[in-house]
Amino acid sequence: MSKEPVAVVGIGQTRHAAARRDVSIAGLVREAARRALDDAELTWADIDAVVIGKAPDFFEGVMMPELYLADALGAVGKPMLRVHTAGSVGGSTALVAAQLVAARVHGTVLTVAFEKQSESNAMWGLSLPVPFQQPLLAGAGGFFAPHVRAYMRRTGAPDTIGSLVAYKDRRNALRNPFAHLHEHDLTLEKVRSSPMLWDPIRYSETCPSSDGACAMVLTGRTGASRAPRPPAWMLGGAMRSEPTLFAGKDFVSPRAGRDCAADVYRQAGITDPRRQIDAVEMYVPFSWYEPMWLENLGFAEEGEGWKLTEAGVTEIGGDLPVNPSGGVLSSNPIGASGMLRFAEAALQVRGQAGEHQIEGARTALGHAYGGGAQFFSMWLVGDRPPGT
Amino acid sequence: MSEGPRDVAIVAFAQSDHRRRTDELSEVEMVMPVLHEVLDAAGLTTADIGFTCSGSSDYLAGRAFSFTMTLDGVGAWPPISESHVETDGAWALYEAWVKLLTGEVDTALVYAYGKSSPGSVRDVLTRQLDPYYTAPLWPDSVALAALQAQALIDAGDTDETALAAIAGRSRKDAAANPHAQLPGARPQGDHVVAPLRTGDCPPIGDGAAAVVLAAGDRARELCARPAWITGMDHRVEAHALGVRDLTDSPSTRLAAERAGAFDPTAARPLDTAELHAPFTSQEVVLRKALGLGDDVRINPSGGALAANPLMAAGLIRLGEAAARIHRGESHRALAHATSGPCLQQNLVAVLEADPRA
Repeated sequence: MSKEPVAVVGIGQTRHAAARRDVSIAGLVREAARRALDDAELTWADIDAVVIGKAPDFFEGVMMPELYLADALGAVGKPMLRVHTAGSVGGSTALVAAQLVAARVHGTVLTVAFEKQSESNAMWGLSLPVPFQQPLLAGAGGFFAPHVRAYMRRTGAPDTIGSLVAYKDRRNALRNPFAHLHEHDLTLEKVRSSPMLWDPIRYSETCPSSDGACAMVLTGRTGASRAPRPPAWMLGGAMRSEPTLFAGKDFVSPRAGRDCAADVYRQAGITDPRRQIDAVEMYVPFSWYEPMWLENLGFAEEGEGWKLTEAGVTEIGGDLPVNPSGGVLSSNPIGASGMLRFAEAALQVRGQAGEHQIEGARTALGHAYGGGAQFFSMWLVGDRPPGT
Repeated sequence: MSEGPRDVAIVAFAQSDHRRRTDELSEVEMVMPVLHEVLDAAGLTTADIGFTCSGSSDYLAGRAFSFTMTLDGVGAWPPISESHVETDGAWALYEAWVKLLTGEVDTALVYAYGKSSPGSVRDVLTRQLDPYYTAPLWPDSVALAALQAQALIDAGDTDETALAAIAGRSRKDAAANPHAQLPGARPQGDHVVAPLRTGDCPPIGDGAAAVVLAAGDRARELCARPAWITGMDHRVEAHALGVRDLTDSPSTRLAAERAGAFDPTAARPLDTAELHAPFTSQEVVLRKALGLGDDVRINPSGGALAANPLMAAGLIRLGEAAARIHRGESHRALAHATSGPCLQQNLVAVLEADPRA
């Protein structure tokens, strides 16, 4: 059975901020959805189904918020599916929506992901004590810091790498009008001297807590032929999961991430990702994850990822730009962060990324991960349909 | 040439015994025996499964990312292709069905679970209401269902005697279901919230369920009499109760139509319907929306009135309908699942035995 090719014909995102007090949760998701529809020049009536994702319900204090959001997203009378796969959810949600199109169950699907962190307290949401289980203690940073330290020990990376990533991503964010953090007066020295939070992770190397949403309109060949702007075509997409804690787990380079990337590259016919992929939006909530994921995703040999960062390869002007949008380090509405990576990859190959456009980008990777570095979702998009 | 959609079937189903409390069990311990049972029934191991999808709720578990621990119980090593819906497992089955339709995989494992015992489920469910206008008033799930029941009575669609008959039939049928929490006849009791009496309300309990799906010849290898999914669809309605006609369920009717439940060319009539109606009054709404006559056997398992483990009860309806086909007791069955207050969101699947079998 042949699958329907999947095209991204509309992309919308909100302005991200620490607290969007000007909108309700419904107003926030509608802002992104409305922009995606406008981009595709479609109306709510053109949408056959809605697939929505966000990270834990405790982050807003609303159980199954999709029920309440049905009206705001024009879903009344339509199928509405809610996805939740921890931090990777924004990516997974887009992939579930893409499958509805690929399987020809629906022609045109709206997919939305959001987080309105200001409604509640994410640190609290992540730190509820659970009997007989390892406490997460101080949110995500406390969990990931030892794995960053393990990466440094394993590879001999100098301790200056993390600040280079943060400085790069925050400068990239200055070109992205939707980004939460616009630190015009940032210097590398300021990053390096920012307070140490979870050694070796400094304050300026961590993601902010953001309110925000992202939406995309996905459709098949017919829908793409009517699109007013160039579509991005999905060339490959995959999810992989592995257990949180077990003796054989490699927290520095989880196998689920490697397998997921390999599956996406196989689908897309990518044999040399470093050469064949023009732009990468990867999920880097703490700066050191850029070199770590460069290795995990096959862009660098084991132990070599930090050298690409150090040499400037991942800068906007480098030959493998990573997070030209400013990335998760500059805007982190958790549930939407994965979809933002997927959407930014699609913007790049559509030539619609504005001031952070990578010139001539024809193939781009969107990457998301979540849980204890155990859930992965990725897609590879291109400026031409699969098989051409 | 375009090809027809792929044939996908439910080939195995397992569920826990549903109980009022399971203090001695973690969610993982509750789910694992069910996973082993369903995989054994299909003759598969985790390594044979192409895609895994689960349904559960952090609010029931009382912690964020609660499904991550359950995943450990699945044995996700080497890494697996896996996803999760924060709702009833019936929607996880839907996601898995779509994945099978793409042709990317031939088998899928779906599971769902919920423990209601650690908290007050009536209070917990208020948190799924509109967070700005409704949730602050804490209207609980029984009170909202009672509004719906009273609307039905006012419309002349039912009365308390008819509701009591639904409760009686369900629990009598549940006597033959070894997993049921409330089997056998029991008194209707006093009003909980008028007009609903104790007998009109579902039990509060803990439980889990799992299903194996397979496509085409793989399904025929794994099951002597697969329950083919000939159609499946789900629809959502407006959230605010004030803008809905609580005596009707247009989303159920539309989903059923899209799933082919009313197909006049079907070789066989519907003989069974497993309806996810936690309250007796909701069965009245669903029967009307689906146009089910007396020739259709409703909830032979006892339905959600006999066991209602949240997040699993809808998946169980699909599993019970399929199991009836597996056993040769049904040829064409409808399965329904619901989510949200007063039947806001509804899923319908039509399951059929191979006409030759």
